[in-house]
Order: sequence, then structure tokens, then C-alpha cells
Amino acid sequence: MDVGLSSLRSEAVGAMRTALVSAENLQLSLKSELSQEEQALTLTKSSPQETHKDGNEDLKEMLESNKESLKLEAMKRVVGLIAKGKNSSELFPAVVKNVASKNIELKKLVYVYLVRYAEEQQDLALLSISTFQRALKDPNQFIRASALRVLSSIRVPIIVPIMMLAIKEAAADLSPYVRKTSAHAIQKLYSLDPEQKEQLIEVIEKLLKDKSTLVAGSVVMAFEEVCPDRIDLIHKNYRKLCNLLVDVEEWGQVVIISMLTRYARTQFTSPWKEGAIFDENNDKTFYESDSEEKKEQTEAKPYIMDPDHRLLLRNTKPLLQSRNTAVVMSVAQLYWHLAPKHEVNIVTKSLVRLLRSHREVQYIVLQNIATMSIQRKGMFEPYMKSFYVRSTDATHIKTLKLEILTNLANEANISTILREFQTYVKSQDKAFAAATIQAIGRCATNISEVTDTCLNGLVLLLSNRDETVVAESVVVIKKLLQTQPTQHSEIIKHMAKLFDNITVPMARASILWLMGEYCERVPKIAPDVLRKMAKTFTAEEDIVKLQTVNLAAKLYLTNSKQTKLLTQYILNLGKYDQNYDIRDRTRFIRQLIVPNEKSGALNKYARRILLAPKPAPVLESAFKDRDRFQLGTLSHSLNVKAAGYQELSDWPAVAPDQSVRNVEVIEPVKEWAPLVGKTKKSKSEDKFYSDDEDEKEEEGSESSGSEDSSSSSSSDEESGSESEEESSEESDKTSSDSGKSSSGSEKSSSESEAEQKKKKKTKKAPLKKNKLTAGDSDSDENGNGPVAQSSSSSAESSSGSETDSEDDSDSDNIAAQKKKKSEAKSKPKVEVKSKKEVSLLDLDDFSPAPTNAPKSSVVSSSLLSDLEGLSLSNVSSTMQVTTPSFGPVKTYELLHHMTGKGLSAKYHFPRQPCLYQPSMVAVQVILTNSSDHSLEEIHIGDRSPASLNIHCFNTIERLEPEASVTVSMGIDFSDSTQAANFQLCTKEDQFSVSIQPAVGELLMPSTMTEEDFSKEQGKLLGMNETSATITMATANTSSQAIGKQVLSVANVGVVSSSQNNVHRFAGRTVSSGAVVLVSLEQKESCAALLTINTEKSVMASMLLRDLKQALAQA
Amino acid sequence: MIHSLFLVNASGDIFLEKHWKSVVSRSVCDYFFEAQERATEPENVPPVIPTPHHYLISVLRHRIYFVAVIQSEVPPLFVIEFLHRVVDTFQDYFGVCTEAAIKDNVVVVYELLEEMLDNGFPLATESNILKELIKPPTILRTMVNTITGSTNVGEQLPTGQLSVVPWRRTGVKYTNNEAYFDVVEEIDAIIDKSGSTITAEIQGVIDACVKLTGMPDLTLSFMNPRLLDDVSFHPCVRFKRWEAERILSFIPPDGNFRLLSYHVSSQNLVAIPVYVKHNITFREGSSQGRFDLTLGPKQTMGKAVESVLVSSQLPRGVLNANLNPSQGTYTFDPVTKMLSWDVGKINPQKLPSLKGTMSLQAGASKPDENPSINIQFKIQQMAISGCTQAGQTL
Repeated sequence: MDVGLSSLRSEAVGAMRTALVSAENLQLSLKSELSQEEQALTLTKSSPQETHKDGNEDLKEMLESNKESLKLEAMKRVVGLIAKGKNSSELFPAVVKNVASKNIELKKLVYVYLVRYAEEQQDLALLSISTFQRALKDPNQFIRASALRVLSSIRVPIIVPIMMLAIKEAAADLSPYVRKTSAHAIQKLYSLDPEQKEQLIEVIEKLLKDKSTLVAGSVVMAFEEVCPDRIDLIHKNYRKLCNLLVDVEEWGQVVIISMLTRYARTQFTSPWKEGAIFDENNDKTFYESDSEEKKEQTEAKPYIMDPDHRLLLRNTKPLLQSRNTAVVMSVAQLYWHLAPKHEVNIVTKSLVRLLRSHREVQYIVLQNIATMSIQRKGMFEPYMKSFYVRSTDATHIKTLKLEILTNLANEANISTILREFQTYVKSQDKAFAAATIQAIGRCATNISEVTDTCLNGLVLLLSNRDETVVAESVVVIKKLLQTQPTQHSEIIKHMAKLFDNITVPMARASILWLMGEYCERVPKIAPDVLRKMAKTFTAEEDIVKLQTVNLAAKLYLTNSKQTKLLTQYILNLGKYDQNYDIRDRTRFIRQLIVPNEKSGALNKYARRILLAPKPAPVLESAFKDRDRFQLGTLSHSLNVKAAGYQELSDWPAVAPDQSVRNVEVIEPVKEWAPLVGKTKKSKSEDKFYSDDEDEKEEEGSESSGSEDSSSSSSSDEESGSESEEESSEESDKTSSDSGKSSSGSEKSSSESEAEQKKKKKTKKAPLKKNKLTAGDSDSDENGNGPVAQSSSSSAESSSGSETDSEDDSDSDNIAAQKKKKSEAKSKPKVEVKSKKEVSLLDLDDFSPAPTNAPKSSVVSSSLLSDLEGLSLSNVSSTMQVTTPSFGPVKTYELLHHMTGKGLSAKYHFPRQPCLYQPSMVAVQVILTNSSDHSLEEIHIGDRSPASLNIHCFNTIERLEPEASVTVSMGIDFSDSTQAANFQLCTKEDQFSVSIQPAVGELLMPSTMTEEDFSKEQGKLLGMNETSATITMATANTSSQAIGKQVLSVANVGVVSSSQNNVHRFAGRTVSSGAVVLVSLEQKESCAALLTINTEKSVMASMLLRDLKQALAQA
Repeated sequence: MIHSLFLVNASGDIFLEKHWKSVVSRSVCDYFFEAQERATEPENVPPVIPTPHHYLISVLRHRIYFVAVIQSEVPPLFVIEFLHRVVDTFQDYFGVCTEAAIKDNVVVVYELLEEMLDNGFPLATESNILKELIKPPTILRTMVNTITGSTNVGEQLPTGQLSVVPWRRTGVKYTNNEAYFDVVEEIDAIIDKSGSTITAEIQGVIDACVKLTGMPDLTLSFMNPRLLDDVSFHPCVRFKRWEAERILSFIPPDGNFRLLSYHVSSQNLVAIPVYVKHNITFREGSSQGRFDLTLGPKQTMGKAVESVLVSSQLPRGVLNANLNPSQGTYTFDPVTKMLSWDVGKINPQKLPSLKGTMSLQAGASKPDENPSINIQFKIQQMAISGCTQAGQTL
């Protein structure tokens, strides 16, 4: 026996060695390998392992037969044995031989067997390894994947190195499916050998970078299992995971969401601060009644949500519509733990929907709702009726619903709830009826208005025929009376009458306690009850006996005349009781109340001890403390910390560095370059323009600061003349294009609108347009120009002319168009300067423009001031230093190319006055096509809120792969930091995106003298002044640095100051033109007084916060 | 995640076990049996049971308990949802999900479970993919298999798993292209004694059976999409499109699937299409009670109310009921005190009624509660919510 085994082992080790070798140098000859295997197997056959039961003998024969069908039949029977839990491990050698079978089903069944028994038969299992190793190199990805799956499922410690190697290789596999399998294998290897952790983390790190949706869920699962504390691995992948989330398979979504919840709690600051966590109902009802809830909230807080935080919330929201209840629940818990309080409400509806699912789902969801409803009644109140109990519900569901209804009860709805409860009390499910009575009790204590009603109702229940109902009522009444000990002697008397009929010990004890406690209110009845008790004392339950002793003692103290003898009797009975608790109590009471020489001082206090006023019990929900667990978890469900539960950390006081999540930003210039090279249609033009721009730039630099119209107009002329040629060519070429685009416009209404708008413009000022657009229109514009002019046959243009008259801000629009075009072409780096020039040019051109175009005074003044000062000349030198640094630095992602199916968009605030409309903030969007096909008809679709005023860019007809284009748009944020949501559409797809401005971007600089500044400041005192003492980083104490920091946060102008230690900045809000004044008074060392004067107090506090932050960091 | 799965039948026998990690002894189920004993009804077994080293999460479907064993923290809904998905898959494969069906197809069941979970983490749960991997057993196929020795495991490996539409199998071909959509609405209402509705909500689903060649892209629009208060979709539905235009746009899986389920809020008052007149009295002192029940249709827009089934849990004191139905048949179970009356179709001209007497336990006092009455019925071709489909395009 020993010999057989050892030879077997040596053989196995041999196979093992070959396996290792084969894994390392890919050259293995198939034949020799097989023969070795066979050799091994023949050896095993003769080994003593073979002694097995007779029943399996035939199976073994079948497995060793040559017929495929017999083998299969045998394997099926073996699997049947496994399924029944019967041991068939002795067949292992016979089964393992078939591991290399050609028949897929047979192979799969062998795999099933292997995975089940390999752990028990480690040595033999090694024989199969080489087959898997070979399969790992198979050209078919599924075979590779399944080989890895089985290999990693064989829990044999000796193959750990092979598994490690296989995992590493598979993690780099081209097929995402194989990579997914390798992510699964990581967990298996980790559970087999935790020593490998470090190496596995490396693989996880690599797989986390994977962009495939297939892999994402599995690798996060592996992350959670192996190294849930390595949050640092997530940073770089955070945004990617958020964006991929919707497309990940549903099970992966659950895992990713719960991981991201934990991540977010460590990385972002709490959105609940400010005004603290609303303490419930008062605040809540206020907010709910408020129609503009959301707006209010965002404005009321200086808290600005990290865009990444917002990204997570936004990307998980659609998943509330998932058919998978686990996904819905995990999104709900994410919102509960991460979202600002007012946004949590959106999950309510979905959770209520889950209540229509299977019973088990209901159970878990109701548990979570119960916890939620304690803290936030308002969330579920509108859905109260959904929690009404149905007669078909299981008992645990009923009790949970009851719990929730009780939590939801308030003054307004209590009558409805009580009516509902009355029905429940009559239920045939007695456990449920008892729970209802307790719920009524809780309602009674929580809502003082109905205490009496409830009490009366409960008293009525005392005459119920059912024992348990009565008993429960007694107990609850006892608790209620304790909270309201005023004239309730009637009820006590009533209960005393019932006493004889009640047999439930707890209820009897409760009545006795009540008698004793309020014996002075029922002086006649109490002694009588005691008398009855004395008779039955020996037959009572322990708890009743104890209370009898108590009652006797209390009566002895208050009414010793009548009860002295009775008490003596009861105490004597108690003295010889079998229960030591009762004996103990009796002895204690006797010493306490019966005066004798020995009992000294205590005796005097007997009355005060026994009849002390007792605090009323608080009737609380059983779910009160469940919120310490993360919702939706097993621990929450059990109210016990489950193994492997990851504590949800508290919000950090200060957010950790946000930049860790930044993935390297591609230089805008780079993005520009391919466009020149690759876009076919606009190639010549672009090139031309970029040249032109360069020219301009040169000019600009020559005449920097003091630009006159002559230089710029000359450049304009130049460009105009050249491009006129261009456009004539272009118009021929694009006439067909325009046809195409018009057909396209029929498809989407928003687009056709834009189209029409364009037409309008072109129609109204055809002449000017010709001259102008020639200068800077792209193919699209050119294409439309001629159509509008020449073709009355075009249906499009006629429709355009119909709506002609409405366009009142015409000239503005044209200016806008022009500007946009030129902006689109300008390089971000020179943007600031060249843009300024452009705006100047535009104005020059438009000075004779129709005066009927209404311009609000604010705009013109601001524009003028801008022009006069040119911002450059008037603003102090710091401005010049800082301005150019903005563009590239603060670029925000609008649309990730993964979500955008290749279309990616970034935006930044160029801080230019927006010419489309004075109240708009200019935003530049860089659109890049990173897919492998060209994208067509990029335009802006629906926006929300619908009233949102956006000036869209013109539809981009075509964006070649790798090309990018910069467009600008105007958004009217109405001086609020509420995000502007809209859809970015291509021909095929729509992507919801949102732009959230920082408060500083809602301003535009205004110039004023120091005198004016103090005059304005004088007008904005009191309520309009916000100030704070701040500590600046030492690096920021120089006036240069202060200017730089302030300007980086807010788009304000520097006001020259006569005092060295005071810095002043002035600006206006874009929409309403309200003055915003910032002054910073430096005190000793790093302290400074920061004051903001503006009538927009909300903006002031937000701005203050931002500035404080900016100045505090070096 | 999920460690092992045990299937337990109504009589408390484990008839199938499957382990995805190390083997967990079946004695772990003893904790489950304990809980089962404590529960008065099969439904009352708590779905989550803690044991010293494991946690048991169970689901009861078709009188079979599916008990999953887990070892560490995992969202319980994750497991519950998965177990239900397993049941749905079995049902899809074998038509019914009974102990007998599972025992007969134990190999297929095992193959399925093997594919659905890898190391306890769900791998493939889409029925389209699974059917590509493992062909559902049919009588014809079994015969062919026995004769030719071919297998019911797909030779082709599933490509759907890799595509952007993982729910649809590739290379679908039909000679007859057809697509059916069933709108099924359920109304759930609680009505009090006097007949006034306390709460009523409508829950609807659209089940589809799509047999179309290739990669069809369908859109479905509704006349009044605003009615749908809350919806959940099959993953194939493009959510953005719904948000924006309230149009369902999707590439369907092949075969039967649930396209969406929706909820019509209880805020809108719902007209219940059936009314009940009842008169159930017990007299004090006598051992007789009167039972009188009449059903009638209400606001059914001319559609017939079919397969009406009335059931009522009578008070414990009732010994027997001697009733006389005007149509259909009734049964009374003296042990569970459950009265059920299979009415069938309601004829508006001649309303069905059930009249008679109940004999009560002698000497027992009058039962104080009124029995609750459950009514199930079907109405073909009517949507209570008034939701209508406007059109569909390919």
C-alpha cells in the first residue's frame, strides 16, 4: 500500500514538474505529454486506491470503455450522484482519464467532477493539469477561458505557482472574456493561498485599468475580496468605472456600486453639512412644500459638490430602472449614503416598486425602508398606502409593514393609520394582531394628540375574546398609563375587573404593577385585588408572584390598616417559595417595610424607594439602531455584524486631493493637430484659418494693449478677401451637402430648428452675411448661405422665411456666429488675446448694424467697459500674468469617450463676455472623436430644465476620427450654480451631459477706481456683506500670489489699491449684473480678512468658501 | 459570494446540492429546518437565517426551498435575485420547476448551475446565452441524442457574451418573422366591508415573444406614456431614449422575455371591474351562520370577466359549510377553514352567487372577525390603466 502510494506520488510530482516546464517554455510536444499521462493513469489503476464499493463498479467499467456514449452515460450518472450528495470520489482515476475528451459535454461533466473532488484527491488531480495548460494556449478564447476556470477551481495548493502564472497571462489576454475569467480566478487563488496577495494586487491593478465592461464587474469583485482597503487603486479608475457602470452586466453593477459607495465616503466631503443634518420633519416639510426645492438647496449651501461625486450620482440614477432588484437596492443605498438629503427622495418610487416583487425581495426592501423611514418620514409618506397589509402577506412581511406604518405616523395621517390598525387587530393571525397593538401603543406615545383615543381603543380591546390580544393590550396600556399617569383611575378599575379573566402572566403582572403604582388612586380596589392574589399566590407564575409582593409592599406603605395582615401572609408565602428570586425579594421587602430594630435608616426611606416616580418607558422602533449598518447589506438585514462586513467610514472633514482621480489630460493643441491633417472637407479652410490666426496673433502682439481698428480691420479685409474665393468654391461643393443636411434636419426637430435659425439669419442680412460669413464660416455655414439666397425652390428656406419675423436679437446672433466660428478655430493657447481681437472686430463690423436689435443696458455697458479697457490695459499686471493659465488648467470633462461611444467632450470657461446674449456665460467645448468612424451631426438636443437658456453651437456636420473641434456656446445660469443639463446628440446617439459652473465663473470683471469701489461697498453693507477671517498659505501672502489665487477662482477685475495690505477685486454677475466686490485685508502673518459685498448673498457665501480654499492652499 | 446551493422539498429532504467553492456539509441545513419548524406556514420561514459560520438565504418557489449558503457579507438581495433567476431559468428550460422536473434533468440542472455561477459570482444569467451553451431538453432532442449519440451541450461557444448586446444570441434565422407583445396588468386592491376602495394599484408588464431574424432594432411607442408612473426595463431598452421621448427602443433578445414592467401609481383612482355583495352573519348562541355572496361585473367595457376564483379564510369556529353555488364549484377545507369557490365566467345577466349556512362549533362564542375575501379574475383584452400602444416600428 505504502509503496503504491509513494510511487504514485512520485509519478504525480513528475507530471507536475513537466507541467511547470511546459508552462514556462511553450514548447511541449503533444504526444509525449499524452503518453506520460497515460502512463500515470495505468499506474493508478493498479494502485490500492481502486478498492471501491460494488455499486460503482459498473460505472467504472463504463468510464473505461471505448464507447463515447457509454462514458457519457456513466458521467451523467456520476453527476447525479454528486447532486444527491453521495460520495463518488473513488471513481476519480477513471473519470480523470476523460479530461482530454473531444466530446464537449463529456468534458464539461468531467470538469464538474474534478472541481468537486480535486480537493480530496490532490495527487490524482495533478494529472489533469497538463491538459488545462495546453488548453490555456488554445486559439479559441472560450477554451482558454474555461481551462482557466477549471484550473483555478481545483483547490490544490501545490499548483498555486501555475495558477499564478496562468492568471497573469490571462490578465493580459486579448479577449476580454478571458480577462474576466482571470479576474474570477484571482479570488479563487486568494482563498487558496492568501500569501499571494501582493502579486494578485498587481494583477488587480492591471485589470482595473481595463476598459471593457465585461471585466469591470469581476475585477471589482476581486478587489473587494482581496484588497478592499486599497482605495488608492481606485482613484485613477474612478471616473471610468462611473462612466462604464450603465453598461456593466447587472451583477457587476451591484458590486461596483457598493464599492463606489465606500470609496465616495472616504474621498468626498459630506453634502449634508451646513444647517447640519436636517433634524427631521420640520425642515423636511418645508423643503417638500417648496417647489423649487433643489434650487433653494444648492443656493443655500456654500457647499459645492465635487464633480466626481456628482458624476457618480448622475451615472447611477438610471439604474434605478433596472429589472434587477439588487441593483435598484444598491443604487438606493448609494443615494441614501451619498446624495444630498433633498435628492434621496428619487429612490422612493423605485423602492416602492420593488414591493411588488417576490416575497423575499419584499422582506429585505421593507427592512431597509423601515430603517429609512425612521430618519426621513417624508420620503415614504406619499406612498403610505403601499404599506397597507394584505391578508395574503406572510407574517414577517406584515410586521415589517406595520413597523413602517408606525414610523410614518404623524398628526396628519394618524387617523387613517389607526383606522387601518383597527382592521389589523381583528386579524386571525394573532402574532400580527399583538404586534398591531404594540404599534398602536407607539403611535400613542409619539403623537400626543391621539394618546387618549388610542388608550380608549385599547381599553375596548380589553373586552376582546382573544387572550393574546387582551394580554398585549394590558401590557401596552400599562406603558401608556405610565407616560400619562393623570386621572386614569377608571381604566385601572376596569382592568381590575378584568383581572379574573386574564390568564396570561405578563398581563396579570402588568395589572398588579399598575395597581401598586397607582394604589392611591384606587384605594378601595387595590386591597381587594391583593386579597384575591393572596388566595392564588402559590399557583401563580413567578413574574406574577414578584408583582404581588411588590403590590403588597406598596399597599402596606400607603394603606397599612387594611393590608397589614395580607402583606404578612404574602411575605410568608414568598419566604418559602421555590424560586430564589422570589425568596430574595420577599426578604428584601420585609426588611424594607416592616419596622424593626435592625433595619436602621433604610426603613425611613422605604416609601421613597418603592413609590418613587418612575420614568415612563420609551416605545421605540426595533429598527432604531439599524442605521449603523450600511443599507442593503446582510449585516443590516440581520442587525448583526456579518463576517467580512466593511464599515462605511464617516465623511472626511476635508476632502482628500481631488486630482488623484485625474487621468492625464490631453493637450488641446494636440487634439487640434489631427484635425488639420485629417478632416477632408474643411481642410483647406482650416489651414487657411490657422494661418490667418497666426497672422492675427502676430499683429496682436505688435499692437498689444493699444489695438486700433485699422490694424484689425485690415486683417479682416485680408481674411475676408481670401475666404471669399474659398467660399465660392465651397458653395458649389456644399450645395449637395446642404441638401443632405436639410434631410437630416427633418429627422430631428432640434436640429431643424437650428437650421431654420441659421436660415433666418442668412435671409435677413444676406449681403452682410455674404461678406461676413465669407470671412469665417465653415462649410456648413457656406452651404447654407447660397441656398438661402438663391434657392426659393428649397423648402427649407421657405419655412425659414415664415418664421422670419420673430428673430429680434438678430445682429447679436450673427455676431455670435461669427465669433463662434473664429473661436472654434483659435488655438486655446492664444485664445485670450485673439478672442479679444475678434470681439473687437465684430463690433467694428457691427457698429452700423440695425439699431433695433435690443441690447440691455447692462450688456452694452459691460461690453463697452470691456472694450474700453480691453481688460488688458486697465487691469493690473497680475491679470496679464494669470489669465493665460486658466484655459488649460481648468478643463472639465463633459462627456467621456467611453460613455459617448467615441465622442468625448471637454469644456472650460474662457471668461469672455458672451456675445450671444448678455446674460449668458461663455463656455467652450472641445469635441473629440476618438472612435474609429466619423461622427455626424453633432448638435445639442433637449435640455433640462426646459426653461434653460442655451445658445447652442451650430451642428457639426461631420467629425472625422481622431479629429477635434472647439465650439463655444452660451449658457444662462441665472446666477446659480445649478448644473445646466442638456443632451449632446450625434446622428445616432444622444448623451446627457451637464455643465456645472463654479460660482466664480458666473461673474465678469468690472473695472472701477478705488473711490468707486468704496462707494459701491458702502451701498452693500449689512445683509449684503459676507466676511470671514481666513488663514492663507504662506506662499500666498505676496500681492502677486493673492491676485493669482483670487483670479483663478473668480472672474473678477483687479481694482488698483493705494494700500499695500488691502487687495480689491470687482465684478458683476453675468445674468443680473449685480455688483460683486471682493476685498482682502491682510493682517499680521498669514491671517487676512476677506470681505465680499454683493446683494447675491448666496453667491457671496459660495464665493467666500471657494476663495478661502484657494488661498489656504499653496 | 454564493458558496453552495441546496434544494429542499416540501417534506424537508435535500434533493440536490451544488458547491461552487469548498464543500459545505449538508448539515448546515439543520438550521434551516429548525427555522422551518418554527414557522407556522411555509411562507413564514425568514429569508435570511444566520448560523454560527454561514448565512442561509432561502427562496421559496413552487414549493421548493432554494437555500443558498454564504460565508461573508453580501447584499442579501443579490443572492435572492439570483436564486429567483435560477428558478426562472429552470422554468424556462423544463416548463415547470418541480422536484420531479429537476430530478429528471439533473445533468442539465448541474450544467446550468455550473455556467450561471463561477466561484459564487454570477457569470451568465441571460437565458439567450445559456440556451446557446446548453440546449433545453425536448422530447425530440432526447430521442435524437440517444440515437445519434450527440449531446445537448452546444458545440458552438456562445458569442453573445462578447457582443455589445449580450442578451441576444447571434445568427438568429426565422422563416416567419413575428413579434408578439402581451400587456398583462394586475390590479391589487384592498376594499373594505362597505365596498369602498382603500388602496388600489396597478402593476403591469409587457411580455414579448420576438422571433425575428438578425439584429432587429425595434421601437415601441405609447399613446399615453405619462400613465406609466414607474418603470423598470429589460437591459436591452435604451434608457436615454425613454427619458427623452418616452419611446421604447431596443434590440430584443430572441424568444420570450419581459420587456418592461410598470407601475401605475395608486394616486389615480382605479375603477375595480368587479363588485361583491356579501352578507356573512353569525348569530350569538346559535350554531348556525349565514353565508351569502354575490359577484357582479362593473365597468368592464363590455369585456367578459373570466376565471373568477373566490377564496375566503373562514373563522376558526366554523365546522362546516353547506353552500349552494348558482354556478361553478366550491370546496371547503375543514382543517384550514379555507373556502374556495371557482366561479368561472361572470354572466352579467345572471349574477353568480353562493348561498347557504355554516355550522359552527357548538357552544363556541360568535367569531368576532369578518372573514376576508380574496378574488382573482382575468379580463382578456383590457388594460385597466387605459394604457395603449400607439405603434411599433422595425
